[in-house]
Amino acid sequence: MSGALGKDLLGLSPLSADQIRLILDTAVPFREISERQIKKVPTLRGMTIVNLFFEASTRTRISFEFAEKRLSADTVNVASAGSSVTKGETLVDTARNLEAMKIDMVVIRHPSSGAAQFLSERIESNVINAGDGTNEHPTQGLLDLLTLRTRFGDLTGRRICIVGDVLHSRVARSNIWGLKKLGADVAVCGPRSLLPNAIGEMGVTVFDRVEAAIEWADALNVLRLQLERMQGGYIPSLREYNRVFGITSARLDKAPRELCILHPGPMNRGVEIDSDVADGPHSVILEQVTNGVAVRMAVLYLLAGGKPELAEAAKKGVS
Amino acid sequence: MSKKPTTVLDARAMDRTLRRMADQIVERNAGTDGLILVGIQRRGVQLAERLGRIIEAQEGVSVARGALDITLYRDDLQTVGPRPVVGATHLPLTLDAQNVVIVDDVLYTGRTVRAALDELADFGRPARISLAVLIDRGGRELPIHADIVGRAVTVTSAQRVDVFVDELDGRDDVVIANRHDEE
Repeated sequence: MSGALGKDLLGLSPLSADQIRLILDTAVPFREISERQIKKVPTLRGMTIVNLFFEASTRTRISFEFAEKRLSADTVNVASAGSSVTKGETLVDTARNLEAMKIDMVVIRHPSSGAAQFLSERIESNVINAGDGTNEHPTQGLLDLLTLRTRFGDLTGRRICIVGDVLHSRVARSNIWGLKKLGADVAVCGPRSLLPNAIGEMGVTVFDRVEAAIEWADALNVLRLQLERMQGGYIPSLREYNRVFGITSARLDKAPRELCILHPGPMNRGVEIDSDVADGPHSVILEQVTNGVAVRMAVLYLLAGGKPELAEAAKKGVS
Repeated sequence: MSKKPTTVLDARAMDRTLRRMADQIVERNAGTDGLILVGIQRRGVQLAERLGRIIEAQEGVSVARGALDITLYRDDLQTVGPRPVVGATHLPLTLDAQNVVIVDDVLYTGRTVRAALDELADFGRPARISLAVLIDRGGRELPIHADIVGRAVTVTSAQRVDVFVDELDGRDDVVIANRHDEE
């Protein structure tokens, strides 16, 4: 079935290139809605969406909430700190309770990889993964793709390098899956201690030196260096990380072409990225945030509503 | 059993019809002040563009155009699911106190126009909204009527009215075909 996404959005890994393109194409007209004076369309009127966040998030949660509200859905935010019960039990109980309250969709962020899938197999509502452990963060991947596609057009053969803590990054995984499906050349760059051992098996190039990555790439997706990584012994110090892997304008000045700089936020200015780069002409970081709302609206829209096979039938009838 | 498709308007007849509709639009709005032609995606947009060009040539003024995609205002998302393609909506900054003319290719159940009225209301409060359609095929399910009609035809619900425009289809004509015929 072309077009349809199925019941859930768990990651970019299970999606086809056509499904990814459908989401991106749908997101484009949704950008315009956020620029209207009345930033609201009635599309999801009467639907209830629960934002279930088991992990801290500002940008993603607010972005989902805007997307839901601009489509006229009713939203409930459940922010849950850690619980004493095991995570599996908590999720099953939560899922049963939510279903009992007649909801339509769940947006879930969870520190455990696979939590979204676990939930999706146990409830009838649509499940959207807003980040699960170190597995995937599909809507972030999609908004990065939309930003890159807006900048470059077709991504076939475009060179995108993901810089930083790839090991712990669900953003990196969703990016790699999505970019490769759309035909881009993908590389990673970072200290070996922060790259997965088997990264080569994902079909990406590995750069040990950020200078080499800058020379190669059309765009850099700069990952946040989580400050607790230093205590974990992955890197000697933040200063050293900045000195070796930081994206600075001095380094970018040596690039053979105009680079496009992405960052999923929140930024550690002066660690993985310098302020003059983050605020400079190469940066598309705020475009990413704007695209995030549009991409999430597109995902909600495509997952909502009736059965996809009926949409095909309807297309053949009167419009 | 299936009847041959019949041509309702050929290219020349379509052009004549659009010219008459353009005159009626100007008459109805007592000139072109504050006139905005808003085409409904998809073929309404091309028809609005043509009506606009005709009016501009006749009156020597420029006429504002807009495009409206009503997909997100449909009332059947829950039953038929999302439409695969959402088109672009672009309208002049404000519709307040303007004379808006909605332009569409075929008027049938009226549900598209209902959705368009809802969407326009989110962009402001026009002085007046009127509806111009190239083909009125009857079969309304809502209390909606067209102010300016290119051609009214009588067809059964088993039939389909196809409007083709040069910009998208490489030809200008209007054809009645059986619903289950090959497209």
